[in-house]
Amino acid sequence: MPKGTVLIVDDDPVVRDSLGKWFESEDYDVGTSSDARSALDELARRHYDIALLDIKMPGTDGIELQARLKDVDPELPVVIMTGYASVETAVKALKNGAYDYITKPFDPDELVHLIDKAIAHRAAQREVARLRESLHQIFPGATLIGQSPAMKRVMELVETVAPTDATVLITGESGTGKEVVARSIHQLSPRRLHPMVVIHCGALAETLLESELFGHEKGSFTGAQARKKGKFEVADGGTAFLDEISDISLKTQSDLLRVLQEKEIVRVGGTQSIKVDFRCVAATNKKLERLVEEGLFRPDLYYRLNVFAIEIPPLRARREDIPLLATHFLDKFAVNMNRPPQKMAQRAMEMLMDYNWPGNVRELENAVERALLINREPELPPEAFPFQLNPTAPSSGRRLEDIERIHIERILTETGWNLSRAARVLDIDRTTLYNKIKRYSLRESAPNKVTPA
Amino acid sequence: MTLRLLPIGPGLTERLDALAADLASALRISCKVETVPLDMEVAYSIDRGQYYSTQILGAVPDGTLAVSPYDLYVPILTFVFGEAQLRGSRAIVSTWRLREEFYGLAPDESKLRERLLKESLHELGHNFGLRHCDDWRCVMASSHNVETLDLKLPAYCPRCRTVVAPFLL
Repeated sequence: MPKGTVLIVDDDPVVRDSLGKWFESEDYDVGTSSDARSALDELARRHYDIALLDIKMPGTDGIELQARLKDVDPELPVVIMTGYASVETAVKALKNGAYDYITKPFDPDELVHLIDKAIAHRAAQREVARLRESLHQIFPGATLIGQSPAMKRVMELVETVAPTDATVLITGESGTGKEVVARSIHQLSPRRLHPMVVIHCGALAETLLESELFGHEKGSFTGAQARKKGKFEVADGGTAFLDEISDISLKTQSDLLRVLQEKEIVRVGGTQSIKVDFRCVAATNKKLERLVEEGLFRPDLYYRLNVFAIEIPPLRARREDIPLLATHFLDKFAVNMNRPPQKMAQRAMEMLMDYNWPGNVRELENAVERALLINREPELPPEAFPFQLNPTAPSSGRRLEDIERIHIERILTETGWNLSRAARVLDIDRTTLYNKIKRYSLRESAPNKVTPA
Repeated sequence: MTLRLLPIGPGLTERLDALAADLASALRISCKVETVPLDMEVAYSIDRGQYYSTQILGAVPDGTLAVSPYDLYVPILTFVFGEAQLRGSRAIVSTWRLREEFYGLAPDESKLRERLLKESLHELGHNFGLRHCDDWRCVMASSHNVETLDLKLPAYCPRCRTVVAPFLL
């Protein structure tokens, strides 16, 4: 099998013939052209791994032809052949996107290395593209689920804004799927092959958030033992998703505004500006306008973020989506738990549709996971869900603590006191669960009969 | 099969006698050193100070391996160790860059003899229709410097030998 295909473009027949023969003896497939037009025809006719263009040709010269070849095959490595070495021609060729340039006559050793390197480069480029594509197929990103008019509107907005570079502000109650919408925007954007970096602004203290966002230089503060890239640098080429944007301090708001305006960052403890190219998508469950009025959020930052707003409706406002979502989660968790496909009993589905879902889609997702975990029947009965109490009804003066204790106790019983599993169902971490068990003095051996709520 | 060895340039008689013996032993063919007057000057490039190997090949008789003490070139390359017609019967090799002196080292007659044998077998291989071989030990492996030439063995690999064998009957 030949090592690759080489296109030689030179108006000198001696060069074409001599170089062509040499490449053939080196086991390459060779095509030759004497001018730009036939070179373009040749490239359209068959695939080439590399093109060698003479810089000086009557009509279209090598530099100009290189640009036109790139229109046909943008990935084609082009090597410019020059009669004499000059910095000027080399710079011109490389600036125009040439892979390299080589001076006639060629040192055979140098030529072999150059060609092998260029072909390997092309193969690597293709491999990267193939892997990106496979990765995209394996992780197609989050899917927006829903057929309600409200959700259809959200999808339309996502499809409209995704291909642009506009900053998007996503609002909605906790658990409505703001990150899912952000992921959909990223996946549908030209930036999808680059990373989407998620920054939970509320989870970090001010100084840590600054270092997390902008990175830091070695020794800039205690504990900064090495230089670290900030999230904005990591998101270069992709999308930065700033969740819980309302939780950042006024100082960080001002830094963030500067980044969004200048597209430049300065690492904590650094002095040099670093160019960054990312698309900003922010989300909040608070009314930013109100925070602006109260002086807790900078108006200029608000306007910069609120270029395109998407409001996600709460689940109770789109109850018709509940069966779709419940079935989706049921299928997803059945696969995750290596269980056969499960069905939802009619009564259970009716109950899910009646429920108020204060925790929105996330609560539904957790409820389905938990129900699937404890259910051993072919169908999921209403009893598999913890909220048969009908929380839309007033809770008859029961204290929040009591409800929490009862709920935790019930989940612990259902999961056989497996703390990791129970914590997962409750969507809290193990430490929090452990502290709550201690606080409510819950014991496995205790009479842990589930109190019907 | 009888291979004609043709010196192109002075001071090659002894070297060609040795090469004839080495080739006869490597290929089990008979070799005859000939002296045919050949005007090399038409192939000389004043600009480059080298001889154009393709032009010399055009002038040598069929069934000949020409050996030159001078540096050879083809227009697009700075030099060639040799050149051959693919599936033809003319080949040429140069000893110029096979000598240790070219690289500023002390002369080494045995090294030169071995390099000349390898380069001759390589160009003859092209005459037999062989292209470059992936096996770095095979004499048909591509080599553009003496370091890789020295790494090769003065023999065809089993795969290349099957192509060469019918020509040597």
